[in-house]
Amino acid sequence: MVHHQGGWVISLTFIAAMMLTMVPLPGWAEFLRPEWVTMVLIYWCMALPQRVGVGVGWVAGLLLDVIHGAVLGQYALALSLVAYITLTLHQRLRIYPLAQQALIVLLLLLLQQLLVIWIKGFLGQSPDSLQYWLPSFTSMLLWPWMFLILRDVRRNFRVS
Amino acid sequence: MFTQGPSITFRAGLLLLASIALMTLDHRQQTLEGIRSGLSLVVYPMQYLVNLPFVIVDWADETLSTHKTLLAQNRELRSRQLKLDFRLQKLAALEAENERLRALLQSASRNWERVLIAELLSVDFDPFKHRVLLNKGSRDGVFEGHPLLDARGVMGQVIHVTPINSTAILITDPAHAIPVQVNRNGLRALAVGTGENNTLDIPHLPNNADIEVGDLLVTSGLGLRFPSGYPVATVDTIRRDPGQPYAQISATPLAQLDHAREVLLVWPELPEVPE
Repeated sequence: MVHHQGGWVISLTFIAAMMLTMVPLPGWAEFLRPEWVTMVLIYWCMALPQRVGVGVGWVAGLLLDVIHGAVLGQYALALSLVAYITLTLHQRLRIYPLAQQALIVLLLLLLQQLLVIWIKGFLGQSPDSLQYWLPSFTSMLLWPWMFLILRDVRRNFRVS
Repeated sequence: MFTQGPSITFRAGLLLLASIALMTLDHRQQTLEGIRSGLSLVVYPMQYLVNLPFVIVDWADETLSTHKTLLAQNRELRSRQLKLDFRLQKLAALEAENERLRALLQSASRNWERVLIAELLSVDFDPFKHRVLLNKGSRDGVFEGHPLLDARGVMGQVIHVTPINSTAILITDPAHAIPVQVNRNGLRALAVGTGENNTLDIPHLPNNADIEVGDLLVTSGLGLRFPSGYPVATVDTIRRDPGQPYAQISATPLAQLDHAREVLLVWPELPEVPE
């Protein structure tokens, strides 16, 4: 039986990501807001696949639904799928250079946004401006820093 | 590695089905208000923390402002109150007169409406949705569909309530429509949100409808949700294209939707509806 530790660190990173999702931004920056929660989820799925997986993704997604005022289950579905794909790719992702990781992150986030806009379309409230897709790209640009910060956090607090 | 429990593919599939079930229930039947309200309570501490710096800045601004500015502010508020009191005098007389006329016509009299002041939390939602978070909830008497106003006009209505906070949808949200009438002639219409910050769309008015730029739109009270007679928007542009069945009319909301801090929740005195 492997001994886990540092669960509170993982929770704290998720809480910080959710708070960053809610921080009010000026109008022009609203559409640039990175998908913080998804990025944190991808990192932990990659680093600790035995701890953080589809279940955590689902719960985080459900909270994100409430935060965004979306229909319950929308982000839960998208994030559990992102977690699933990250889990299946995690060994490859770990050895990729950061730039290549960032590209995969971009694809995962585009997939998430595609699922979300799809569900919104079903419910008849799909946003029709191309600005909708910007968060994926800002997240991709931020990924290297995100990765390095979270790796330092993981090593510092010996999360395993 | 994944030795305990079912495989992740199985788990992912299960959660996928659960999400779809949740979405169906939430969208079709609205039976999940309890779950949403519970989750909102989990999220609320985070929202509170995000809002805290703004509260502190406001507080510091108030406490650290000088004696002089406070005096100036006080003087300005006094003179404004005097002016408002003066207008209120006339209003009281008009109200009494209105009441008498209504009694003569034997129509229902409208009583003074109950009001609750709530504060908005500085928290962002989905940028394509126009929602706000209020610091009052069901224990203060807030209910679903509660009309929300500021000092200038109608802002929106409450859509989710928890015991300690509530979420409101603004009139500019693309999923919102409010029944209005032109103040000048009583022409009825709908004002539909566009998703843009300062525009409402007035659809389904024919090209020859009697509506002009600058017309004030007030609530008509027809949806039995908003009290009637409150200002909503002013007509901004009208395009009458003979090739189109309806005129294209847009209006600007009067309420300060993007920078109001304090809002009013109004208990409407709605007419009794026969079953």
